[in-house]
Amino acid sequence: MIEVKNLSKSFSGFLAVNDASLKIETGSITGLVGPNGAGKTTLFNVIAGVHAPTDGQVLLDGQDITGLAPHELFHRGLLRTFQIAHEFSSLTVRENLMMVPADQMGETLWKTWTNPSAVRAQEEQTRAKADDVIEFLEISHVADELAGNLSGGQKKLLELGRTMMVDAKIVFLDEVGAGVNRTLLNTIGDAIIRLNQERGYTFCVIEHDMDFIGRLCDPVIVMAEGGVLAEGTLDEIKANEQVIEAYLGTGLKNKEAS
Amino acid sequence: MTDILNAFILLSNFVLIPAIAYGSQLALGALGITLIYGILRFSNFAHGDTMAFGTMFVILFTWWFQSMGINLGPLPTALLALPFGIACCIGFVLITDRTVYKFYRKQKAAPVIYVIASVGVMFVMNGLVRFVIGPNDQRFADGERFIIKAREFKQMTGLSEGMSIKVSQGLTLVTAVLVVIALFWFLNKTRTGKSMRAYSDNEDLALLSGIDPDKVVRVTWILAAVLATIAGTLYGLDKSFKPFTYFQLLLPMFAAAIVGGLGSPVGAIAGGFVIAFSEIMITYPYKKFIAYIGPDGWTPNGLMQLLATDYKFAVSFIILLVVLLFKPTGLFAGKSV
Repeated sequence: MIEVKNLSKSFSGFLAVNDASLKIETGSITGLVGPNGAGKTTLFNVIAGVHAPTDGQVLLDGQDITGLAPHELFHRGLLRTFQIAHEFSSLTVRENLMMVPADQMGETLWKTWTNPSAVRAQEEQTRAKADDVIEFLEISHVADELAGNLSGGQKKLLELGRTMMVDAKIVFLDEVGAGVNRTLLNTIGDAIIRLNQERGYTFCVIEHDMDFIGRLCDPVIVMAEGGVLAEGTLDEIKANEQVIEAYLGTGLKNKEAS
Repeated sequence: MTDILNAFILLSNFVLIPAIAYGSQLALGALGITLIYGILRFSNFAHGDTMAFGTMFVILFTWWFQSMGINLGPLPTALLALPFGIACCIGFVLITDRTVYKFYRKQKAAPVIYVIASVGVMFVMNGLVRFVIGPNDQRFADGERFIIKAREFKQMTGLSEGMSIKVSQGLTLVTAVLVVIALFWFLNKTRTGKSMRAYSDNEDLALLSGIDPDKVVRVTWILAAVLATIAGTLYGLDKSFKPFTYFQLLLPMFAAAIVGGLGSPVGAIAGGFVIAFSEIMITYPYKKFIAYIGPDGWTPNGLMQLLATDYKFAVSFIILLVVLLFKPTGLFAGKSV
């Protein structure tokens, strides 16, 4: 469970996140929505260790993780994907996945000489896991393709796959739907639901697509002007006067109409 | 017909063979520069002096072995001393990283600060080398000198031009090929190599994976030290060891790395040969060559040399400028400089 307590973050005077408090329960798919400039991404970056908060606390399962660097958070099981997909473009999809698990013996030079069989065994194990992920995401046809050659949507799937390579406590998805076509977005949504139901993953999702949010997320947290405005199911949120006001009638209502 | 053969032998002897040897040496040096640039993201100006530093230890060990009467018969004793020199160089380079560069990594310093720091390291290494072994020329090649002597070649073929291949030249090519094969195998097939490529590809993402950045950096320095010592030793065997020459090698090596595309290992090798061939072809006097190949009596009076050998560094400098102006990513699309 992630607990954010009175978190604030200002950039040279500008308060991007203002005294935000929220909880993400273990086993949930929590949606984080809000108009542009509401501070969603900043909140995300502070939780994920990209920025240090100006004030406040972040707890992961009761432990204080405020201000830890991204790679330290990775080792504690807090994983994230990026709004613009990141990948190792000169490695294949399978190699990309195999890069994720930490403490690979093959990375210690002398072990590759003194204990090659153990190194190989671990490598095989990692490979099997990667193959399993590839199969789960149904991207076997591009498994040996260089990741740099993938389409935008496939890269998003690869990002999701990366979080499956380790035992994640919580995965933050930053706009998985950005620049992805509808069919692939459904595939990604299916994968997220299956991961949540079959493997017990906890997700926190930033997304603008309300259909996507509606299909996946419960609860939904609405942010506006750096603070948390409301929390509840999507229907509750949609009925909330304050939320409608925050979107100035351009957000949820329009989405519904279109 | 004999004339054409003679002309070909002449060119082989004075251009082709020396350029292949020199190109291999530059390629090994440029590989070290390109690896450091790809992983640590700065231009390591101390690389030439790292070569000198490693080679100095190889020479010291060679002398020690010679004094004990240990040798490799026809092969230079330096080969035996090479692993010891490499070990010393690795040790020193890792200490430098720990004491100098690590500090700036923690600060997340801008690349230009690393470059200036590396200039500082360069002067320290340069000073150390001069202090220990002195600024003068040192010869440490022993064993057989030639694989084929010019006279033997003439007797064998009956041509008037001779071709000689020095042991050091043959050794350079064989060693360079083996080292490059080993390096590419390492980068493409081992977990550490893949981690290095991943780290070079996307540092942010590498930190969010199980890649240990400290290990990657350490292995990069080790590889750079190995490559520098081997390149320096081969160069020293082929010509001679003089600290200042190694400092001067920095320009052609950087030119090679940039021509090929900084961060691209294949590019560094290609760049090494481009620079070596240009340097030697432009400074070679073609008088005799034209005498063979042209009609009788066309022998020119001048040397037919495009540029005096004193200006050979101008060649790499001009290639460097042209590449930076027209194709800053280099032949093999490395990182833009």
